Amino acid sequence: MKKNNQRQGLITAGIVIVLLAVLVLLDNAAWVPPMLLTVLRKGVIYALVAVSMNLLNGFTGLFSLGQAGFMLLGAYSYAVLTIPVENQTAIYQQFKNGGLHFSITESLTNVMGEFGTLIGVIICLIIAGAVAALFAYLIGLPVLRLKSDYLAIATLGFAEILRALVQFEKLGPVTNGSNLLYGFTSFSNFQIGTLHLGTVMPFLFSGACIWIVVLLINSTYGRAFKAIRDDEVAAEAMGINLAKHKRMSFVISSFFAGISGGLLAMYQASVQAVTFKSAMTYEILLIVVIGGIGSITGSILASFLFVGCSEWWLRFLDNTTVVSLNGKIASVIVICVAIVGVVALIFWRNRKKAFADKRNTIFLTLIVGAVLLAGQIKFAISSSLQLPLLRSGFRMVIFSIVIMIMVLFFSKGIMGDRELPDLLQKRRNAKAAKASKGGDAQ
Amino acid sequence: MSRILPYLLSGISVGGQYALISIGYTMVYGILRLINFAHGDIFTVAGLLMVYAAATMPLYISAPLVIILTIILGVLVEKVAYKPLRTAPRMSVMISAIGMSYLLQNTMWYLTGGLAKKYPTLPWISDKINVGGTTTSRVTLITPFLTVILVIFLVMLIKKTKIGMAMRAASRDFETAQLMGVKVDSVVSFTFIVGSGLAAVGSMLYFTNYATVTPVVGAMPGLKAFVAAVFGGIGSIPGAVIGGFIIGICESFIKGASWTTFSDAFTFGLLIVILGVKPTGLFGESLTEKV
Repeated sequence: MKKNNQRQGLITAGIVIVLLAVLVLLDNAAWVPPMLLTVLRKGVIYALVAVSMNLLNGFTGLFSLGQAGFMLLGAYSYAVLTIPVENQTAIYQQFKNGGLHFSITESLTNVMGEFGTLIGVIICLIIAGAVAALFAYLIGLPVLRLKSDYLAIATLGFAEILRALVQFEKLGPVTNGSNLLYGFTSFSNFQIGTLHLGTVMPFLFSGACIWIVVLLINSTYGRAFKAIRDDEVAAEAMGINLAKHKRMSFVISSFFAGISGGLLAMYQASVQAVTFKSAMTYEILLIVVIGGIGSITGSILASFLFVGCSEWWLRFLDNTTVVSLNGKIASVIVICVAIVGVVALIFWRNRKKAFADKRNTIFLTLIVGAVLLAGQIKFAISSSLQLPLLRSGFRMVIFSIVIMIMVLFFSKGIMGDRELPDLLQKRRNAKAAKASKGGDAQ
Repeated sequence: MSRILPYLLSGISVGGQYALISIGYTMVYGILRLINFAHGDIFTVAGLLMVYAAATMPLYISAPLVIILTIILGVLVEKVAYKPLRTAPRMSVMISAIGMSYLLQNTMWYLTGGLAKKYPTLPWISDKINVGGTTTSRVTLITPFLTVILVIFLVMLIKKTKIGMAMRAASRDFETAQLMGVKVDSVVSFTFIVGSGLAAVGSMLYFTNYATVTPVVGAMPGLKAFVAAVFGGIGSIPGAVIGGFIIGICESFIKGASWTTFSDAFTFGLLIVILGVKPTGLFGESLTEKV
């Protein structure tokens, strides 16, 4: 058993080292499309916040929608603490004598050079998380007594309150009101000589945090969380302190949301309260749902998919014209396949129902599908290169339709509540379980 | 008095609009135990439809048309996003509602190109009038009366008609009502018809005062209307209306005291307080599983 663990540890370490090496390569190679780096950076930050939300929603069963608020706190704490002193007058021009008049990263950089910057960033990220966790503790006192949808609305409300608070003018000397904060240490500051590390660092930070969450979930606390999720009454009867564990899960989840907020600030290189709207929480929730509620690897995969689709792969839907005939044919084929696929999906979904029950659905689907297909064929035989429907914003419409299809037809998400390593080693695990069971019996 | 009056007037007016939206929330929640997150967006869609409809046709055609289209949209949302999940866990349905809200917002963004659309000036109700020394538009005065009339009509409908009785049965106990021969699907559809119709009326009144429509403008009034519904006791229509008026008036006074930043915060603070002190709201029936 011990040997097995050791081997697993070695494999994991090997994967991590290879991944980091690949990332360093991607960071510095000239042929890498910049979009790839964007997706990787943003994706890994979203992965952290999705995991933190999953800890709360998927593992503890608390339906909270306050994630954007805690990210906002983290982002602001990080930004306020790291803006260099000489930039502060320019940034806080609306507020006389604004800013903190010190910057943790700057002072540490002056003392210890580049290593100091790293230490400073880590300290500030931890402070960012701690601020979010502190607020989560205070908010949790009244809110965690509520259940399901009331909890959701109350946390959503608190996120909005936090957003209003940050924009409050009396706090302007610290938060700069509703104006932009910028000029602080961001990912582009990470480089050793000519070696860029702008993508490696978010992976390191996020990876470390996600690893801590995984350790937590596999600990006794994690098992207590899952027990609460499955049945509160039974969990309480087993001696689990409900209030304590719920609060703990809420505070820890907010801590990591705060850190991811700080990372997001570093990624964007600027912070403004308007970006942390409830729409952001919804996006993160949808990521969690797509990945599978209760699956860490699912959340991570889904974050990259989500960010990749919304930032990169579906971009072509926003273009109004195609450049060549080939592009036109390709787009017609892609859209036709999508239409036929959705129609087939609805049919497959209703295959067990009696015809009388599904008559309306089938007719409606067929008519809508036929109209859309006819539109595509008309476009295909016409000579214009001006795509029908496609224009700025269409990407997000298609994207949200895909998400709705996921939510309605595959409510378990990509991974369900399983993890990727489990799936890969399902057989081996089953064997091992059998063997260990036999061993216990003896 | 002359200093307070304008705030009071605008508070009552906004409150009436919140009340009209919150009826949709409270009825849907009463029957399906679902926070219809898309309701705020349906309200916004009604605003956008009015922008397009009023550009081409006169008011006496466009207004009913907008209401009918909004109702169709509301029922469609229910059929597509909520009906297939009738037996699913509550969390799935709520996620579906959030997904629907996301879809509606993105679609509106696509259709408008993300630009704020100017809301048409509705004749007569946008006219300026003078009340007690303060100038205000006529819609401010009409809103509370219209709200109260519609609510009385609705309460009569629920108390006196067959479909109203079916609604009460379904909200008391969904499964038993089904066993007793109530066609719950048509009851739910009817709920969405009433809710969306009132949201459409509410949007006409609301946007007359606010001049522009953007894809996300409905999210905040939507949430506030939900808070109003919780405040008044979810499931209770008079409760939702009174909650709407109270929130509207308080908010207006907070804005008047130049604490505008905290007018939203106040609403959610109120939610926390009411859930902590009296979870069933002002007029809610006490159900053990609620909070």
